[in-house]
Amino acid sequence: MKISGIPRAGSRAARLVAPLIALTCIVLPFGPASAQETSPEVVTEVVVPPPAPPTSVAAIDAPNDAGHALLVTWQASPDDANADVLAGYRVLRSQGGSPFEEVGVAAPGQDSFRDRVPENAVRYDYKVVSFGPGGVGESGTAGAEARFQWFDKTRVSSFVIMLIVCGAIVFNILRAQAGQKMYIRKIAGMDAVTEAVGRATEMGQPVLYVAGIQDMDNVQTVAGLTILGSISKLIAEYETSLVMPCSRSLVMSTARETVKESYLSAGRPDAYREDGIYYVTDEQFGFVAHVDGLMVRKKPATCFYLGAFFAESLILAETGNSIGAIQVAGTAMPTQLPFFVAACDYTLIGEELFAASAYLSQDEKMLGSLKGQDFGKGVAMVSIFVGGILTTIEGLTGWPVITMLNDKIHWLWSGG
Amino acid sequence: MGFLEKLGRLDRRWIFLLIAVSVTIPLMLQRPAPVKPSPIVRNLYTAIDALPPGSKLLLSLDYGPSTVPENDPMAHAIARHALSKDLKLYVMTIWATGPPLISNLFETVIIPGFPNKTYGEDYLNLGYKVGNQGLIQSLTSDFRNQYTQDVGWGDIAARPVGQIPMMSTIRTIKDFDFIAGIGSGQPGLKEWVQFAGDPTGTPVGGGVTAVEAPLLYPYYPTQLVGLLGGLAGAAEYEALLVENHPEFGEAAQVALIRMFPQTVAHLVIVSFVLLGNISYFAQRGRRRK
Amino acid sequence: MKRTIPILITAVVGGLLIAAYFVPAPFLASADRLIPDFFNIIAAFAFVLGGGNLLRVHLTKISRRDHEWIYSVVTVAGFLVMLFAGLLKLGTGEGGAFHWTYDLADGRLLYDALYQSVFTPCQATMFSLLAFFVASASYRAFRAKTPEATVLLIAAFVILIGRTFVGGWLTAWIPEPFSEYLHIPNLSAWIMSFPNLAGQRTIQMGIALGIISNSLRLILGIERSHLGGGD
Repeated sequence: MKISGIPRAGSRAARLVAPLIALTCIVLPFGPASAQETSPEVVTEVVVPPPAPPTSVAAIDAPNDAGHALLVTWQASPDDANADVLAGYRVLRSQGGSPFEEVGVAAPGQDSFRDRVPENAVRYDYKVVSFGPGGVGESGTAGAEARFQWFDKTRVSSFVIMLIVCGAIVFNILRAQAGQKMYIRKIAGMDAVTEAVGRATEMGQPVLYVAGIQDMDNVQTVAGLTILGSISKLIAEYETSLVMPCSRSLVMSTARETVKESYLSAGRPDAYREDGIYYVTDEQFGFVAHVDGLMVRKKPATCFYLGAFFAESLILAETGNSIGAIQVAGTAMPTQLPFFVAACDYTLIGEELFAASAYLSQDEKMLGSLKGQDFGKGVAMVSIFVGGILTTIEGLTGWPVITMLNDKIHWLWSGG
Repeated sequence: MGFLEKLGRLDRRWIFLLIAVSVTIPLMLQRPAPVKPSPIVRNLYTAIDALPPGSKLLLSLDYGPSTVPENDPMAHAIARHALSKDLKLYVMTIWATGPPLISNLFETVIIPGFPNKTYGEDYLNLGYKVGNQGLIQSLTSDFRNQYTQDVGWGDIAARPVGQIPMMSTIRTIKDFDFIAGIGSGQPGLKEWVQFAGDPTGTPVGGGVTAVEAPLLYPYYPTQLVGLLGGLAGAAEYEALLVENHPEFGEAAQVALIRMFPQTVAHLVIVSFVLLGNISYFAQRGRRRK
Repeated sequence: MKRTIPILITAVVGGLLIAAYFVPAPFLASADRLIPDFFNIIAAFAFVLGGGNLLRVHLTKISRRDHEWIYSVVTVAGFLVMLFAGLLKLGTGEGGAFHWTYDLADGRLLYDALYQSVFTPCQATMFSLLAFFVASASYRAFRAKTPEATVLLIAAFVILIGRTFVGGWLTAWIPEPFSEYLHIPNLSAWIMSFPNLAGQRTIQMGIALGIISNSLRLILGIERSHLGGGD
């Protein structure tokens, strides 16, 4: 929209004329048709002045982005709070002397507008025009070029946390590689894997493995499949059969590759049966109906549920319980953990799901990564403890130095 | 085997049978439960109630048919409340299973309850869009780029947003005065808080299934205005709505009526847990002797 | 080679995505956008793979007259009916007349009808099984065998009753200063807002650290269990 022809309300003439117009009242005698015989009502119509324009218009490159965005700011019009006079602000843009065109509208009270621009490193000029029933008030112009930044400064604290945690993990992996022994606490669920697979072998019944109901882009599914790598090696060694219904076809393809490789490394490629790993449906409850039916009909001796689960967790685990199977579950879905804990023999709680593969393999480098993870946990625990104490002291004393320290801890964990 | 021992090894089919009976009979009685609203529900009600007429409320129905009994009463109560306050209601979904739920909301709540409201002026169907939380995130910078047209409703065909009066002032998610998310999983209310409410400062509230509710408590009250947790939350909201708008009558008491069987079922479960413990302690005492 | 290439792809893509989080430069930002798109494209092909696998598994069972092959017939029939109802947009027109096209004024699609009349009730039925299983699991699990289990049992009692109006009735007599904590609905809300919240957050922090550690193992190529393990 071009508005170059509209008089600027901020001009001296307009400022003088506006109050005069406002004082001019048009008195029109009229009334409803049925009341024409009676005395006419008098209605006063006030001509509204145009709003004063916003001032101090500035344009800057929007920070911490990939470019293509400019931030236009202004100081609100003096009429900003008067809804009868000012309805909002129009932001107008021009490039290389072209006519100004509207790129957006801001509501009263707003004093900035983020504009997406087509080109980086090209100057764009802006005007901000206040508008209302009485007309418009046009600001001066300001311009800037959009550029991309090499580092998003709003994520400094995330970067610091990443350096601490990842640094600790890599450091401990290197320590493990250098021959340092790593102590990892026992994970009962993983210690029971050998017994659980052995039981299935003794009973001549299959092992059921469910890697959650999410796709390969979920890290819990990936964790479920890495554990499958270790467990299927054991299954191959024990010559037990594996049944693995999958809720996603990509999970099926990946699981087939994983199990095939495990059978190969266990020296039993001949025992690998591709048909045991198959796709059912993406649909949550359709999948559960199939797995429940399968459990009741085939009565697997051991059931593993390792991955991302939702409401189906208890339906699966209770059915498994009813057929007397040994059940090992693990998920990082906090809402489903209570159900697994109630109905399964062993449950890997949250982080244990991600540690299980390292635990089963007993590979020193993998165990080293768990040590690094523990260091991150230590940092979090100390921060919570110190933060709690500082907040209490701050509340009691109000000392600025404590406030400053508290703010630093808050900043570190704010993700900013 | 003594009675208490038998009780300890009770066949679970007896439990199933009793649960079925305890749910079915109260359900047939159709009696609303005398529910007292909790602060977390009251906060949500007050926040929506305080919005001036003409405010824009975005209602996202992010659930599927399986949780309809829990989620629908929440969505319906909030829609009723919004329209009775003359708010502008924008309905959308980020779940592929959502569109039939929007149709149902229009058919059962808006058309019979608010015949003088006009589609496109008072309420709007934005339908389903793929993208999950990515979609929510993109709405914070450009709403109209994602929603170039509505979905329409009944005989009203889809129109470009430029022709819809309700969309004239919508540029980004910040232009909404309130976001109400009704969900049962991921993406859902949590994603609305994380990707829309928190970055833009737009107030967010809503409801989730009882199983999901513990995950949302950490966001209340700073990032989440209020929360309806499961059927109980929906019933509490309905109680407030019926108290202030008795004209809605029984149609607005679906969750209140369903709360009765739920209460009985809870009591049956509590009784079973008690019996299980009595049996356990009796057996332990006998073994010690 | 068979293991090196997947490890290399994981390392490059993982590294790129981590860098894209901190560096907003356009080429990384577009990688951040494009890589999930690649996944969606592969996942779309996987639909065909999934459908093909489903048919192959069940048609094999039917042709071999395997144990309970009749269930496979139901599965294949359901799959094909839903697939063709959706693809051909079958529907009923005015007066219930059968049409082959979607262009119906007052008609209803067969796909929608199946969705609402078969799919929705089946889903609701499976979900409602939870009510029964919650009851049987509670009966078995909530036994005061240890002090910890007793705390769990008491918390379960308070929450179960606190989520109903009976909780309010039972403790309505408690006078004002004490009712703030001892009134069962308030106690239930307190358990959810404090002990539950603390536990949830701790578990979530552990999960976040576990994800970082697991992802780093995958990116650095230390985690090879999914590739058969070994070096």
